[in-house]
Amino acid sequence: MTRPPKVEPVQIVKQRRDAALRAIAHGVPYIQFLGIQIDRRGDELTAVLPFDDKLIGNPFLPALHGGATAAFLEVTAIIELSWALIWEEMESGRLDPRSLGPEHLPRLPRTIDFTVDYLRTGLPRDAYARARVNRSGRRYASVHVEAWQDNRSRLFAQGTGHFMMPGRTDG
Amino acid sequence: MNDSKRTAAEQFVSAIPHSKALGMVLEDIADGVAVISMPYDERFIGDPQTRVIHGGAVSALLDTCSGAAVMSHPTGPIGTATIDLRIDYLRPARPGDRITARAECYHVTRAVAFIRATAHDMDMTIPVATASGAFTIERGPDASKGGRG
Repeated sequence: MTRPPKVEPVQIVKQRRDAALRAIAHGVPYIQFLGIQIDRRGDELTAVLPFDDKLIGNPFLPALHGGATAAFLEVTAIIELSWALIWEEMESGRLDPRSLGPEHLPRLPRTIDFTVDYLRTGLPRDAYARARVNRSGRRYASVHVEAWQDNRSRLFAQGTGHFMMPGRTDG
Repeated sequence: MNDSKRTAAEQFVSAIPHSKALGMVLEDIADGVAVISMPYDERFIGDPQTRVIHGGAVSALLDTCSGAAVMSHPTGPIGTATIDLRIDYLRPARPGDRITARAECYHVTRAVAFIRATAHDMDMTIPVATASGAFTIERGPDASKGGRG
């Protein structure tokens, strides 16, 4: 097994991590359809949902659609979980993210269930979300997600989901 | 259900930009039960390897259908918003299949509606997903002391 050198040039580290993130998020059409972007600081990810008219659920308020909010939370949870799975392999040198591409995608976790709490009306502006993997076992994972708009401490939605780890087909 | 209620419910779906963007079509609606379908579209794929629709798109369908069911309730709500929605993904939807959701508003209080819903693809034996949730109900001025949940 090859190990990366102790101190790597920052560009190499960034290239590797950004390539892994692209492999997870870029190949999924629905993430592109919603326009979700991922902001990375070290291993911390923030999903960004730039406002778009097609995300509106109530044109009279106007407000974000509950379904768009739910999808945003679920996408964030899946990306965070995939990222957590890939991180260790990547940083230890066991996986070269450059080997991941449209033909070689990382296997994605499958959602078992997902619950969304709608705490406030989603306003017609950008939304942000961060997920935390509370439990990650061999077969199942539990992930919590928080979403906010203008104030980090004023969540407009939160969600909890359970996921089947990739590589297993029994639902 | 009278014609004006039906028209209001139909508008509820066609006036929602996100539902329109997902190609949703109102199939049936009456007395607290709504049926809405969504076409298979490659833009909605959640797993490029299996080409299965993303759970988020199914969530949006179930949420819209549940809201429509609330709006069509005989007590005549004038507005609704999701309080919470839980979705169980029973199995992956078949790539290429249209998905049809059916939501039932099985109980209402003055300010809260309770719903359950299912989503099917063309294989009618087991649903793709089931949902249950609570929605706010806004009452018109004529409904005595109606208020938000």
